[in-house]
Amino acid sequence: MLQEESDLSLVIAQIVQKLKGSHLYAQLERQAWGSWEKRILKSLNSMCTELSIPLARKRPVGEQKELLNKWNEMGTDEPDLSLFRPVYAPKDFLEVLINLRNPNYENGDSLSFRTHLGLIQVPLKVKDIPELKEFFVELGLTTGQLGIDDSTQVPPELFENEHVRIGQKVLAEQDSAAAQQYVRQGSPTALRAELWALILNISSQPEDILYYEQLKTNVIQHDLLVDSLIYKDVKLTASNDDYYFVFEDYLYQVLLCFSRDTSVLGHFAYNSASPPKSYIRGKLGLEEYAVFYPPNGVIPFHGFSMYVAPLCFLYHEPSKLYQIFREMYVRFFFRLHSISSHPSGIVSLCLLFETLLQTYLPQLFYHLREIGAQPLRISFKWMVRAFSGYLATDQLLLLWDRILGYNSLEILAVLAAAVFAFRAVNLMEVTSLAAAEAVLADLSTLKVMPLLQIFLFATVT
Amino acid sequence: MSRVSVPCHVKSTVALQVGDMRTSQGRPGVLVIDVTFPSVGPFELQEIVFKNYYTAFLSIRVRQHTSMYTPAKWVTCLRDYCLMPDPHSEEGAQEYVSLFKHQMLCDMARVLELRLILRQPSPLWLSFTVEELQIYQQGPKSPSMTFPKWLSHPVPCEQPVPLLEGLPDPSRVSSEVQQMWALTEMIRASHTSTRIGRFDVDGCYDLNLLSYT
Repeated sequence: MLQEESDLSLVIAQIVQKLKGSHLYAQLERQAWGSWEKRILKSLNSMCTELSIPLARKRPVGEQKELLNKWNEMGTDEPDLSLFRPVYAPKDFLEVLINLRNPNYENGDSLSFRTHLGLIQVPLKVKDIPELKEFFVELGLTTGQLGIDDSTQVPPELFENEHVRIGQKVLAEQDSAAAQQYVRQGSPTALRAELWALILNISSQPEDILYYEQLKTNVIQHDLLVDSLIYKDVKLTASNDDYYFVFEDYLYQVLLCFSRDTSVLGHFAYNSASPPKSYIRGKLGLEEYAVFYPPNGVIPFHGFSMYVAPLCFLYHEPSKLYQIFREMYVRFFFRLHSISSHPSGIVSLCLLFETLLQTYLPQLFYHLREIGAQPLRISFKWMVRAFSGYLATDQLLLLWDRILGYNSLEILAVLAAAVFAFRAVNLMEVTSLAAAEAVLADLSTLKVMPLLQIFLFATVT
Repeated sequence: MSRVSVPCHVKSTVALQVGDMRTSQGRPGVLVIDVTFPSVGPFELQEIVFKNYYTAFLSIRVRQHTSMYTPAKWVTCLRDYCLMPDPHSEEGAQEYVSLFKHQMLCDMARVLELRLILRQPSPLWLSFTVEELQIYQQGPKSPSMTFPKWLSHPVPCEQPVPLLEGLPDPSRVSSEVQQMWALTEMIRASHTSTRIGRFDVDGCYDLNLLSYT
């Protein structure tokens, strides 16, 4: 294990070296991403050859029958996964982002008015607090919010009852745009599943259920190497989580089908990444025998299953759970693990977080930097997972309400900065990165909406 | 509207700077690009297309041919056109831009020469320019479509042909065919567009290792 980790860091160091000498910015994006993708492909290929496991294998009939019988309880399976390792973890991805450079940008040693004191060195345009206040105007102090104005001390007649009534009306009208506007103030728990389905345009037609059954058949027929990675990821993350371990079987049912779904390939039209390609054995180079691997083009990384886990609280029917997750992935989650200059892309989110912290908590930022605890190193994992697994589930769902409502992931960066602001007093007293991580290790008691509201609307600037 | 590319000669950029360029520390913030058209006479400019590279503001001056004996003068046809909303950040820095004649401040009927004045006030960028510059003039007008006469002047209804023995009534047949057509349209409309995508090739998904290209 140690050898693999040092190999990994060596290859990343090599990629970093290559990145430092590239030309145009757009080319840089492509080159950085290209090097990164190659690294991932190499890792998969080497896992394949070292463990002598094929990338894909047709299951014998006996094994197919066995899997079909066990379909609803795949969690009871305990395959030997010790030799498998996740292809990459968020911290590896962070190293790639840190080393993105624009060669036309003045990266001199002398401090100037625009020196980036954080980790991200790319000058993308990010919103400042006045612009964020305008963008998130419905989160303001004078607007009712679920997550704040539905607490036990507040009488429900003031806000909650009326809000629920409006929600029921929106559902009755089946108005998708109104639903999106509505969930900006939070969604009542009872209505959330339907509201999200309405916003994402998911309706369970018979053909959708048929499509899911077809994917299930594909899983039964072919065994992919990626399946073992998914198993390992679920066992390492969701199964160990107090809130999500009960959904382990659902996670397999969704993620195994997800990797067979070729319709996900459509999102690569607006994603800077490209799906890994291969050829049928013996037909190398022949385009008619070119296929994507895995069929949906997405290689899961460590923590990927956490994108699905919170949705299990809302949807219990596997095909609907599957559709919701797929739509959320191709709309939002893919941006969290690919390089682009999109305002909701992970690079912009990191820069937004660092800029907010630097501008509005300069003393804290300076202190953390001095002790070698760059704030992004701590908050990156929160943002890549959209806070799944770090917040309590009811708080997480309130946060994801706003992601859907505003159709943007910027709220993740704002929340990360708000968390730092909340724990600023403790953080000012730490003297090492490990101690800073310890202060911010447990976010499960945090209430998301008050933090956001205070940070955006009630902090004296 | 069709357009025809005009061959142009783009001179190398000239930096406008105060003082001696070799000894001063700062980078120039203003560049001038001259565009001449040696092989073409005065033409009507339709469109200018280029790829931006970190230029923040663009001004264009044009020298037009005048029929009088007065020498041609330089006139500003575009003033401080913003290419990058925030000169310090990446937005708009590498975009493709099209400028049309209706955006210009003056008439572009008889263009002799163009001068592009590029400004980048931010000191953060090492260099800036515009690339892939192309000038277009109006192409030949596409021939107007002439409709066949029978479309615009439908023939008046003819007398129905007398029924032949043994054949069904044509008006009844046509109404039945119309109903059948409506049914097929309904079936086609309700046909789902969901693909049951297959990822394998003829049932086989036995792969080589992944390709790096």
